[in-house]
Amino acid sequence: MSGSGLGDTEEQVAGGGLLHRRMLLRGGVLAGGLGAAFAARAADPIGAGSPDGMKVPGAAFSGYGTPAHWREGIKRTIGALPDRPGTGASRTPLERLEGSITPAGLHFERHHNGIPDIDPAAHTLIVHGLVKQSLVFSLDALMRYPMQSRIHFVECAGNSGGMIAPAAAQNTAGGLHGLLSCSEWTGIPVSSLLDETGIDPKATWLLAEGADAAGMSRSVPLWKCMDDAMIALYQNGEPIRPEQGFPMRLLVPGFQGNMNVKWLRRLKLTAGPTYTKDETSKYTELMRDGKARQFQFGMGVKSVITKPSFGMTMSGQGLYEISGVAWSGAGRVARVEVSADGGNSWAEAALNGPVLPKAVTRFRAPWRWAGGPSLLLSRATEETGDVQPVRADWLAQYAPGQNYHYNAINAWQVEAGGSIKHVYA
Amino acid sequence: MSTLRALVVAAALIGGAASAAETPHLGRPATPAEIQAVDISVPPDGSTLPKGSGTVAQGAVVFAQQCQVCHNAAGAGGPNDRLTGGVGSLTTDKPIKTVASFWPYATTVFDYVRRAMPWPAPQSLSNDDVYAVVAYLLSVDGIVPANARLDAKTLPLVKMPNREGFQSWADRYRPKTASR
Repeated sequence: MSGSGLGDTEEQVAGGGLLHRRMLLRGGVLAGGLGAAFAARAADPIGAGSPDGMKVPGAAFSGYGTPAHWREGIKRTIGALPDRPGTGASRTPLERLEGSITPAGLHFERHHNGIPDIDPAAHTLIVHGLVKQSLVFSLDALMRYPMQSRIHFVECAGNSGGMIAPAAAQNTAGGLHGLLSCSEWTGIPVSSLLDETGIDPKATWLLAEGADAAGMSRSVPLWKCMDDAMIALYQNGEPIRPEQGFPMRLLVPGFQGNMNVKWLRRLKLTAGPTYTKDETSKYTELMRDGKARQFQFGMGVKSVITKPSFGMTMSGQGLYEISGVAWSGAGRVARVEVSADGGNSWAEAALNGPVLPKAVTRFRAPWRWAGGPSLLLSRATEETGDVQPVRADWLAQYAPGQNYHYNAINAWQVEAGGSIKHVYA
Repeated sequence: MSTLRALVVAAALIGGAASAAETPHLGRPATPAEIQAVDISVPPDGSTLPKGSGTVAQGAVVFAQQCQVCHNAAGAGGPNDRLTGGVGSLTTDKPIKTVASFWPYATTVFDYVRRAMPWPAPQSLSNDDVYAVVAYLLSVDGIVPANARLDAKTLPLVKMPNREGFQSWADRYRPKTASR
């Protein structure tokens, strides 16, 4: 099959050049032209036409590999106060990555007063409160517990908060929506430890507290801890990194990032929420009627196209693959649709499986760009039926200035010259 | 392991039911002193509040020395969070969320100041200082009188202006299959 023209094997399924996702399975997007040959002349050294890397021995082994130096620009973007370098956030460069797993070193960060340097031999986890027996666990002890590995996203509740601004910020997918990352986490179900402490029937909540200079603390419903919460010790196969909570963090899949308390030192079972500062002042969303939701834990269904996106330039008309990320705090992504004409028509994207609950799912859609203006949108639907809202509908729910849990449809305007703008649609 | 137990464990593993796995029981009992040392969180009933007390007048001094550089005079905000004012603004076009206008419980102020403030030196104040700063902050909007003294008994009795301003959403995400 030729990739160079609009053949009759291409099935247009929506306006603006969107093609059926079946295209991807047929390999129609793969570029041709591999295997360009050269013929060495007999009188010349054999390697005359070979790349340098084939003619000199390569570099040595390394104890811990690093990304290609050609791609050293793939970095988190950091936003911290000038006088408070450990207070703020860094964002995952979503537009520079593919697949569904975020490299640990590019996982977004949100710290409230820096990263503590914790000696794992001195660190303990204490479980107390409304339990039958309060227990202290050393890290060595926890390492002997049966573990689980699961793939889950973590998203800051403040992710995409800039989208409430009156004018669309000209920023990258990561700059706008990069307080989102996805990892394979390995650790111990919280329920395993609570089975050992026993639970007082009066317990309905649990306070989780970190050992950082903010003493980060959040209340978590006990049902969540018995359902799928984890004491995470490893991320993408390696010990969890300092900026992600070394030596251990709480993982509450699908709930707002702030609740996944890093540098975890204490779990206290309680009869109600503790009403800590963050859950009281920040994560209780003020609605139009002046009342605040207490508490909106789950992260809503959401998607964003990462390729093409702001900061990239189209390289001529022809066939492209639209690629992006979709996720939901409620479960699996059921469907992602893309539009190339501002929402007048939609095509179903291919989901790159496995499609896992509370995890990032990569979606792809073939697209033939005719060279003119095109407004690219993506719209995700989760397995419970919730659909990503349009921005106006999202804004209408909340009081002015509220920007947590933003999950509305994102729009990229591809212009006739091939440049790409962030717009509201 | 009996055949039956093996089957049960195997079924649990397939089903992903974490709590069915056998665990090694390697935790050691926590002593009362250990618990007291780490139990710094303060719920609305104030049950974990420490001894000590502080007055509005003492708090004004502590605030000027420790807090004002980040939170401005009387907690008016700038460069960091605004703490006071905004009472009654939540239903307007420009809602202002501050400690005074938004927070439902005064115990949260004590908990947070004690664990995390002042920012350059968290946990460097005395319990008396923290009671005093909380009393001062709440006095700015008249939530406590200018002659107030707060302690473990009086702090939980403070009625915050937005105490009734919340609607419960906590069980919004609870799956029907949740065990508790």
